[in-house]
Amino acid sequence: MENKRKYVIPGDVITTGPYRPEQNVILDGNKIISTAIGISEIYDDSIKVIPLTGKYIPKIDDLVIGKIISHTSLSWELDINSCYVGFLPAQDVFGRDFSAHADELASKLKSGDLVAARIANFDRTRDPLVTIADRDLGKIDSGHLVKISPSKVPRLIGKRGTMIQTIEMATGAAITIGQNGWVVVSCETPEGLLKAVKAIQMVDEKAHVANLTDQVKEMLESKGES
Amino acid sequence: MGGRDATLVLLDENGIRCDGRKVDEPRRIMIKAGGLKNADGSAYIEFGDNKILVGVFGPRDVHPKHMSNTDTGILRVRYHMEPFSVTERKNPAPSRREIEISKVIKEALEPAVMLEKFPRTAVDVYIEVLQADGGTRCAALSAASVALADAGIPMRDMVAACAAGKAADTIILDVNNEEDQAGQADMPIGYMPSLEKITLLQLDGVLTPAEYKKCVETGIHGCKIVYELQKKALTDKYFGNGEK
Repeated sequence: MENKRKYVIPGDVITTGPYRPEQNVILDGNKIISTAIGISEIYDDSIKVIPLTGKYIPKIDDLVIGKIISHTSLSWELDINSCYVGFLPAQDVFGRDFSAHADELASKLKSGDLVAARIANFDRTRDPLVTIADRDLGKIDSGHLVKISPSKVPRLIGKRGTMIQTIEMATGAAITIGQNGWVVVSCETPEGLLKAVKAIQMVDEKAHVANLTDQVKEMLESKGES
Repeated sequence: MGGRDATLVLLDENGIRCDGRKVDEPRRIMIKAGGLKNADGSAYIEFGDNKILVGVFGPRDVHPKHMSNTDTGILRVRYHMEPFSVTERKNPAPSRREIEISKVIKEALEPAVMLEKFPRTAVDVYIEVLQADGGTRCAALSAASVALADAGIPMRDMVAACAAGKAADTIILDVNNEEDQAGQADMPIGYMPSLEKITLLQLDGVLTPAEYKKCVETGIHGCKIVYELQKKALTDKYFGNGEK
């Protein structure tokens, strides 16, 4: 797999042949053309480009970290670091028997609160519908918010979660990664927190470098000794 | 720069142009991707004595709301010349010429940018000409394309642009300010190199059909030179210190 990776920019012809175009590629005749700056990956029958830049585009079932920007009597609006605002209906929090005049939305979630939410529905004709009615979702009470580029989230997670496990193990921090590039770090010790934040920022800066997991590990360990 | 010079020789007997270039030689071109922290994507280009800075925002919310389109995103381009970009102070208010170039650049970028992926949003491109010396629309278009790629906006291809023209009865590549003023024709061309499609073609002057054909070919040749530099600018920024 590794030797089939290539750096591409928009307009680059990745290859020709009977491949299925996936993320960030288009088919023109029999040429497969990249539409983003990134790293192309060729699988057995499909091709995709992992982008290195760009805004977050909501996808159904993504976990995102959102910030409440406002509410009406029926719903909240969430800043999810995208070109669309997240729409969180009040029923989601109050349950089926929600009534607009009996329940006050501000009593549950106020402007500026951070929530972990899941994209429940999004079809581009309407703003993305988010939900917080699930395990591990809902208001985030404590932690440190780190903002990274959304295109680098897969790098932060690493292959089968190796990168994030490395950071969590070395610092003892609990890290929640939103696919939209917002990351919440909470840790019992301030040193662990600072180290975890530094590691996350390092991944953001050096996302294209090979063997980054080892470099991060090295950084985490060297800091621990000093 | 500026002003007509009666003694100006556009092309001497050795085929050397007024600024020392050969007939098919472009000016010195330098493109840099990134550089502006607050914009989502940016680029800076030096095209001979042209110096142009481009910032891109988006996709983002459309304001005013009525401009948004539920089927597709919209592209908004502002081409603006700084008061100090030319020899005599230019009024900073948008002139007829700037409005035209904004429209022309917008329409030259639209075939490349995949706006249909972001309905109800806008992509804003702000082009600031810091110093002008003929051929700013081509330089601005090339830089805008790099800035859009830097912002991560999906594009079918890059758009490279370069002008060709006619001066002293010869088809020349990359018309500079003197040649534009005193020459016979100026033809800016925007070109998508991988898709082999032209997105911008204007012509100011008179050409015979044969000259026209040669002019287009020369211009496309120039676009390909610009494309290599665009590619280099993006590669340097994103893969500069990385290993394969």
